[in-house]
Amino acid sequence: MNTQDIAIRFSELNSYQGFSFDCQLIPGDTEVLQIVVSDYEEIPVYISITETQILCISYLWSEDEVVQDKRGAMMELMLEINIPMPLSSFSKIGDKYVIFGALMANSSFEDVVHEVITLAENSVEAISAMTDYLK
Amino acid sequence: MSILNKILTAFRGGAREVGEAIVDANGTRIFEQEIHDSREHLKKAKHDLTDVMAKQMQTTREVNRLKESVSEHEGYATQALNKGDESLALEIAEKIASLDVDLSQQDSALTTYSGHVERLKELVRKTERQIKDYERQLSMVKTTESVQKATAAITDNFAGSNSKLLGAKESLERIQKKQQDFDDRLKAAEQLQDETVDKSLEEKMQAAGIGETKDTAASILERLKKK
Repeated sequence: MNTQDIAIRFSELNSYQGFSFDCQLIPGDTEVLQIVVSDYEEIPVYISITETQILCISYLWSEDEVVQDKRGAMMELMLEINIPMPLSSFSKIGDKYVIFGALMANSSFEDVVHEVITLAENSVEAISAMTDYLK
Repeated sequence: MSILNKILTAFRGGAREVGEAIVDANGTRIFEQEIHDSREHLKKAKHDLTDVMAKQMQTTREVNRLKESVSEHEGYATQALNKGDESLALEIAEKIASLDVDLSQQDSALTTYSGHVERLKELVRKTERQIKDYERQLSMVKTTESVQKATAAITDNFAGSNSKLLGAKESLERIQKKQQDFDDRLKAAEQLQDETVDKSLEEKMQAAGIGETKDTAASILERLKKK
């Protein structure tokens, strides 16, 4: 599956488990697909595909939103909740803290949809767990 | 240096700027060339291996054939001796001697081929593992770059569309408000349904003549008739 295939499948998908999706291809050096899950419009999920995996990423907050003297404690907490959080993990890209899930390149479309929904839900969980550390 | 260390060094060394290459394009190309070369080596090693294995099988067959022939001729020689034909026995013995020479040659060839097969199999195993390792490392570099490029594309897209990436807390509040709205609507719908249920119960009771009953035209007429 490439980004176009996934985009087409998402456009054809009216609703899944009560969620609806809005998808948009973002042009650039690497093709990125933006998926907006209904009720979670503020935190889109971005899909990019490499030779080995399908990466689904949501951007949580930037460095400048972090209360600086709580930064260490926040990171420790993020490490601690990494495993309990189903299917998703935390990472950092540049100055942005992200949550992501990686799927095998040959995963089914259903796997991708499931991942996207889980990621959107986990993003909200994660932010609400971390509000004490954010400005 | 392991590839993960290289990536970390690149991050620390300022390449953490989104879009900057982790390993320069030339480095990636060299890597890809190495994978390509290893694959060629693997192909050649496998080809050599099948050749040598074929020779090994042929030689095994030849060794067996010679062994049988030797024992066969030993039988003939014994028969000739039993018949007292010394000169025929000698001739057969000479044949056995020449078969023995062939046999020892083929035997040593077989040992050489078998050793060769072992070495080639080991080479194939090692090359396959090395290719896997190269591919894994290349995938790390490519994924890192892809993620950075994707982030750059997303940031550019937001900058271009004049919309602003919301802060995490603001996003959370909006999503929670939507969920609250949804819950409120659900509750309102439930209440409405409860009221409807009450109403329909009232209607049923009325139909059965229980509780407060309203005068209907029929009941009025009935009452008038009784007068």
